[in-house]
Amino acid sequence: MRSRPLISLGATLALLVAACGGGTSGTPAPSLPTSLGPGEGALTVLAWPGYAEDGSTDPAVDWITPFEQETGCQVTVQVFGTSDEAFTLFQTNPEQFDVISASGDASLRLVAGGFVQPINVDLVPSYKEIFDSLKDRDWNTVDGVHYGIPHGRGANQIMWRTDIVDPAPTSWQAMFDPNSPYAGKFSVYDAPIYIADAAVVLMKTRPDLGIKNPYALDETQFAAAVDLLKKQKPAVGEYWVDYTKQIDSFTNGNTVIGTTWQVIANVLQASGVPVETRKPEEGATGWSDTWMVNSKTKHLNCAYRFLNHITSAEVNIQIAEYFGEAPANRNSCALAQNPDHCAIFHAEEDDFWKDVWYWTTPTERCLDGRTDVKCKGFDEWVKAWTEIRSG
Amino acid sequence: MATTIARQIPPTVGRRLAAWLHRRPAVRAAGLLAGPVGWLVVVYVGSLLILFLNAFWSRDAFSGATIYEPTLRNFAELLDDPYPGITARTVLMAALVTVTCAALALPVAYYMARVASPRIRNALVVAVIVPLWASYLIKVYSWRLILAEQGILNWALAPLGLRGPGFGDVAVWLVFTYLWLPYMILPVYAGLSRIPDSLFEASADLGARPWMTIRRIVLPLAMPAIVAGSIFTFSLTLGDYIAPATVSTTIFIGNAIFSNFGAGNFPLAAALSLVPLVIVLLYLLVARRLGAFEAL
Repeated sequence: MRSRPLISLGATLALLVAACGGGTSGTPAPSLPTSLGPGEGALTVLAWPGYAEDGSTDPAVDWITPFEQETGCQVTVQVFGTSDEAFTLFQTNPEQFDVISASGDASLRLVAGGFVQPINVDLVPSYKEIFDSLKDRDWNTVDGVHYGIPHGRGANQIMWRTDIVDPAPTSWQAMFDPNSPYAGKFSVYDAPIYIADAAVVLMKTRPDLGIKNPYALDETQFAAAVDLLKKQKPAVGEYWVDYTKQIDSFTNGNTVIGTTWQVIANVLQASGVPVETRKPEEGATGWSDTWMVNSKTKHLNCAYRFLNHITSAEVNIQIAEYFGEAPANRNSCALAQNPDHCAIFHAEEDDFWKDVWYWTTPTERCLDGRTDVKCKGFDEWVKAWTEIRSG
Repeated sequence: MATTIARQIPPTVGRRLAAWLHRRPAVRAAGLLAGPVGWLVVVYVGSLLILFLNAFWSRDAFSGATIYEPTLRNFAELLDDPYPGITARTVLMAALVTVTCAALALPVAYYMARVASPRIRNALVVAVIVPLWASYLIKVYSWRLILAEQGILNWALAPLGLRGPGFGDVAVWLVFTYLWLPYMILPVYAGLSRIPDSLFEASADLGARPWMTIRRIVLPLAMPAIVAGSIFTFSLTLGDYIAPATVSTTIFIGNAIFSNFGAGNFPLAAALSLVPLVIVLLYLLVARRLGAFEAL
């Protein structure tokens, strides 16, 4: 009890400092809500496919309708295929989307651009149940200010047709060898961030380059990664963004080995296509997503309730099982339909995630802490990707 | 006197306006044209102008915010790799598709215009137009199914020990040719129908063989129509990005614009969008010289 006044004094001071310091950069001053009022009746959600299912994809897959019934917030969902698409949608329609499921390669840009607002995690009861290893990370917390609630994580895995590819690949190099018997049938994710996948391979095969973080690439390291991808290009059967496109080409045999999300493998297996996935020995790129709230939202109460609903144990595990990723909520594993789900996705093993490089926006200031060199910023990545694709 | 006045129709507002307009033909024309011309100026020219303006801005690489300071950086970037290569590839593809469409359209249109009976002619016109009713996406995705590894084409060719071209540049060429062929056939058909029969008779009277007639009579008279059709096939190919993304791994100008737009770099995307625009304008200038506008 004695320390209470001190804390509130400290909080007031912090708010004052923050308020005075605000406006210098794109980051708005944190003015956190302290309590929730009644819902505003509507909410628009921008989400990865499979994250905000309202039964329209599959009547059995629905965690939005219960939320609507419970809170009276009518939810409109729009899905996106890449972080860049999400960012552009948010940037061009700054008031349209109330909440977004942002991966690390979008979240920091959203914070820097002032598009999302700080979150009072005390108003989101689920936050206490989130794995500690997902809290306070670079992509969801800036200078000690929380910008969202962690949602879950996954690795970009290698997938192959078990009836065609033999032996089963254990390394990403199976997708980078132009002389492979499966050359011409590689399936590659079509986004600049994929350059990091090449960097992950180089971390193993070219230790002389000294890559410490696949998103912090200096001139030489970047050139090596781009070069690797240019050599891969003739062997690529398809670049995919739309996940239905990859499902289609794995089904009809146009591609037989590629980088994928577990959810795609699940859909393929469910429709009888013999595929298998694995995290290759080099490690992998991956994602750790965060639910964030638009700084211009007019539905703040619905947004906070949504954040709590979507990261609550019961819902978090439904999404994790449907999408095929590790849930963020510690208590959710016990509720899984498949009791092995959290084991399969290594939700509780911090070791597994050591070599998973979560998508992060590359910046000129090297993310691995080097100060003697300049790293390639995201615009350079975009340009290089256009160059690779046009080769 | 009083009765005649009563019999006259009372001058309502509408009537008075009509009478007033009747005396002023210029105002009448302006009123009629204000709507469509306003639409053209605001929606068509206006959006092009905004596009043009955007090409002079730049953007902050990290936050993605647009920097509103005029710069020519985007245009300079267009001259850097990989953009000249992409532009060249796109123009080459557009030219190739145009030539193929012309080569296919000429015999079909000739048959429709000069050989076929009215009944067959009507059937053929319908056959050419019907694909235009189907959704563009359905058509592109059908080609995906046709050309796929385990698709119809490979299945049909397998007994002969052959294989289809698969996905790639050839696939893009096939799909574009299929998509835009009706736009070539229709103007060429119209152009060939307009050639008077007497010219063919005169040619025959003077002893010309069929091939000579085609070379000396049909081709020169069909040329403006072919050029008119080529405006469609050329410019449509130049701007398309969905077909290449669906059946190949290569990218064209449209894809480069799309990916820059997707990455939030609107200024560079705008500058890139001006490239096909300029190419089409140049093409139209040449087409006008060749008399294509009279054949449209």
